[in-house]
Amino acid sequence: MSRIKLSLITIAGLGLFGLPSHANEAWNRVIQTGELRWGADSAGGAPYVFPDERDPSKMIGFEAELMNAIAAKLDVKAKLVDVAWDQLVPALMRDNFDMAFNGLEITETRLREIAFTDPYYIFSEQITVRKGDGRFHKFKDLRGHRVGTMSASLARLLMEQDGKIEIVDYPGPVEIYKDLEVGRIDAAFIDVPMAVFYAGPNPKLENVSEPVGESVYAAGIRKDSPLLLLKINEAIKELVQSGEIKKIYQKWNLWDKRQEKLKNPEKLESLKHSAPISVWQYFPFLLKGAGVTILISSLSMALAMILGFALCAAKLYGHRPLRFLANAYIELIRGTPLLIQLYLIYYGLPNIGIEINAFAAAVMGIGLNYAAYEAEIYRAGLLAVPKGQDEAARSIGMTGRQSLFHIVLPQAFRTIIPPSTNDFIALFKDSSLVSIITVVELTKMYSQAATASLRFLELGLMTAALYFAMSYPLAVWSRHLERKRQYA
Amino acid sequence: MLNQRVSSAKFIEIKNLSKRFNSNWIIKNLSLTINEGEIVVVQGPSGIGKSTLLRCLTYLTPFEKGYIRVGSLQLEAGMDDRKHHGTILGVRQQLGFVFQSFNLFPHLSVIDNLTIGPIKVLGQTRERARKRAMALLRRIGLKHKADEYPMALSGGQQQRVAIGRALALRPKGILFDEPTSNLDPVMKGEIVDVMEDFAQDGLTMIIVTHEPAVIERMAARIVEFGPHCSIVSERILPKLLFNTPESPKENGILPELDRAAMAQAETAKA
Repeated sequence: MSRIKLSLITIAGLGLFGLPSHANEAWNRVIQTGELRWGADSAGGAPYVFPDERDPSKMIGFEAELMNAIAAKLDVKAKLVDVAWDQLVPALMRDNFDMAFNGLEITETRLREIAFTDPYYIFSEQITVRKGDGRFHKFKDLRGHRVGTMSASLARLLMEQDGKIEIVDYPGPVEIYKDLEVGRIDAAFIDVPMAVFYAGPNPKLENVSEPVGESVYAAGIRKDSPLLLLKINEAIKELVQSGEIKKIYQKWNLWDKRQEKLKNPEKLESLKHSAPISVWQYFPFLLKGAGVTILISSLSMALAMILGFALCAAKLYGHRPLRFLANAYIELIRGTPLLIQLYLIYYGLPNIGIEINAFAAAVMGIGLNYAAYEAEIYRAGLLAVPKGQDEAARSIGMTGRQSLFHIVLPQAFRTIIPPSTNDFIALFKDSSLVSIITVVELTKMYSQAATASLRFLELGLMTAALYFAMSYPLAVWSRHLERKRQYA
Repeated sequence: MLNQRVSSAKFIEIKNLSKRFNSNWIIKNLSLTINEGEIVVVQGPSGIGKSTLLRCLTYLTPFEKGYIRVGSLQLEAGMDDRKHHGTILGVRQQLGFVFQSFNLFPHLSVIDNLTIGPIKVLGQTRERARKRAMALLRRIGLKHKADEYPMALSGGQQQRVAIGRALALRPKGILFDEPTSNLDPVMKGEIVDVMEDFAQDGLTMIIVTHEPAVIERMAARIVEFGPHCSIVSERILPKLLFNTPESPKENGILPELDRAAMAQAETAKA
């Protein structure tokens, strides 16, 4: 689509001004406005770019400093546009900013869509383990172990290519090292800057072995802006030559002798990811993710139904303290976001010595959350059954329990089914939240595949279709049940 | 120990019964005795607690003072539905209940409405319960409606099924709470016919009603209540219908009803 837009604008530009091309050149706007917009993800972004602890409105980090230095060289001001890391390339192509500058590696897939500047940092991957764990010395020692990393990174690719390592994906380095501390994974394997910043000062962890692999970070720039690319390359070159870049890296503990190679960028060989050409090659992965989504959704719905019924019974038939507890639970759960609850269960409970694996935490988190909603649905359903029904049941000698199960509940079903199915459909989609606690379900699979291939649109449509294929039958089934329950 | 087979024997004894809702006394110090096989019609202005009295009799509503004896069982103030379920169940088995608004189970077919009690409460087999239920349905003229759902029936038919449901547990007595007041005159007739028919079996009946037909055709004893269920007057009608020699059953309305219903079903099919 951007290509169509681009050519339309080019045609318009030709017609109006007779300009040959590059009507979209970012550099033109940069000098007009005196502002160079750069895209990065500051959430958990240390030591690249992250909010200053003492003044969160101020961004610090080696990339932030480098960016300011580059902008100064170009005599403009740098302005940060904060986006999620895996959205850097699409956002750049949408013209949300002029350059993507946040630990971006040069890959073949990305080169199809955008251009890269000369490298500004040479990085490797670092193995980190719990202090005193003597099992790991080199990359091959990771085989057969659970190793945490981030999706679409060089580290992940290296482990994928090895094929004998159990890879666990995390959204950021903080979560990786936290899980490493409590023993949910055996080692972490991520980019050196993060390992230096997070694991270095942590007394419970240590960085072992020589860094593995070698690749470079470079800034991404739209292909329609060769002038900007040129200007940035000039600025980086100057900073490397003058030693300013060395000062910045030394300050952040990131300088090593390999960085000397930055002086001859043409000799640097950047690692190339080869991505499959057809998006359909990702389909089996998405299907696998859909399987996990179905499993998690069904299990958590079952939990939500059982617990929801118990809560509803406690609220309707329990003694005062029980009623109070059930009420408090329902209100607390409904009043807080599911995302926070998942974080608390997975990352929070280990602080008090309770460790639950990711899959169980996902099922528990969603199940406990939806139980509160189910309880209210059941309660409304039970209260909608006329009181005379229970009276009639007891008048023929039934106990309260018999009346509930044989007379009241079957009638309440009809009122319960539509909102309950609605909830189940919503749950299906909410299950995508569990990707933040390392569970790889459909949405996570999509995000991995899309970040690797940059085919956000096609894969997104496929993923949406899969979700629809899972939830639509539920709606049909619910309508069927409703019709079946229409007496007479 | 009372011998319940003797028709002059006491069946229900209400002694100093008091019942309140919050601070409002609905029933104050009521004492009343009803013999086996007796038909008692309870009358009085609406809202003075007649329905509440019937509910107290099978402990659908707990009460505050006094006691109620049904046969050899005694309901006392402050009993717990769960703890004293044996006693309460025993009373409910002996006293069926027919509600003003029928309260049939809409999710169950007519036959299942009749069998669910015997199966779930008495532990009867499905076959046995069905046999008894079919016999009852035949008698109330609704055999052909066995597999219908209550919603498909007229009000009168629904109330007849409700009577069948109460009788499925083979009680000694039935409590009727304004059984005809939700029905049009023709349907009222159907219900009185059925009640009259079962009265012949020697069932004890306590009927809260203002329906003249009930009083004309079957009342044995009319108790008139005033405020707080105080007894204002009591009269015994000399002619007890269930003692009349010529039974209305042979040439009566019921078989006709049955036939009419069958014919209706036939035309519906065609």
